[in-house]
Amino acid sequence: MLLREIAGLELQLDDQGFLADRSQWTPDVAEALAAEAGITLTPRHWQVLTFCREDAAREGVPPGLRRIAKLSGIEMKELYQLFPKGPGKVAARIAGLPKPQGCI
Amino acid sequence: MSATLTVTPAVTTATPAGSGTVSQDVSRKPIEHLAIIVSKGSLDMAYPGLILANAARMSGIDATLFFTFWGLDVITQRTIDHLHVSTVGNPSMHIPTIVGGMPGMESLATVMMKNEIEKLDIPPIRELLEILSDSGAKIYACRMAMDMFKRSKADLIPQVEDVISAMDFFDKAAGAQVVFI
Repeated sequence: MLLREIAGLELQLDDQGFLADRSQWTPDVAEALAAEAGITLTPRHWQVLTFCREDAAREGVPPGLRRIAKLSGIEMKELYQLFPKGPGKVAARIAGLPKPQGCI
Repeated sequence: MSATLTVTPAVTTATPAGSGTVSQDVSRKPIEHLAIIVSKGSLDMAYPGLILANAARMSGIDATLFFTFWGLDVITQRTIDHLHVSTVGNPSMHIPTIVGGMPGMESLATVMMKNEIEKLDIPPIRELLEILSDSGAKIYACRMAMDMFKRSKADLIPQVEDVISAMDFFDKAAGAQVVFI
């Protein structure tokens, strides 16, 4: 566990940089986490992040990548352009969700 | 919120503010490129390589796939949708070989595996290769195996980037961890 000051808040991150307490997430936190990953959030990014957060709230687990590509309105190819370092992990981290467990 | 923070026995590691990455163990170099040689064409041998490659891409790791020998069936239009689970000579089936060899057993095992895979929301092989291609994974076929099985590039799915020799593959796999399946 790691304490970091991000977007003016003192946040707990796990050892892979995921938010330990999801209630601490705000859009400003997302911007800051994205900036650390070298990403400037655009409306297309937000479409993915919003879908992930809503889907995780409904299903109880963060969506896998195939699910995001099928249901968010953004296709696989673009997901990799938006989050080049691996959309599975990076999108979940920026969205303040745990690391997805699936391999697909 | 701050109250919960103060009681947490969190270790504030010496990450300089704004340094960005949070590494788990700096002494271990993360995998940057995974190159998988797929040499088998049964369903139970095709999935592991493809799923590993997909997990790599999802983690931001480059992935290169080289299909050789029976692995060619996994990327051949005529065979890709008809891969079977091998019930003979497969110790993990836990049935006697003579039973596994009975008519219908392979089809039965294949249907059962496809059902389980569907339940886990894992796509069919053809879709998985499309996903891999969209993710930026590189897909190659082995020239020697192509000659041996008398196939041309037109027989393969369009996601196959090129037909190359093993030596070319090693060039493409430079710096990669190479896995043989």
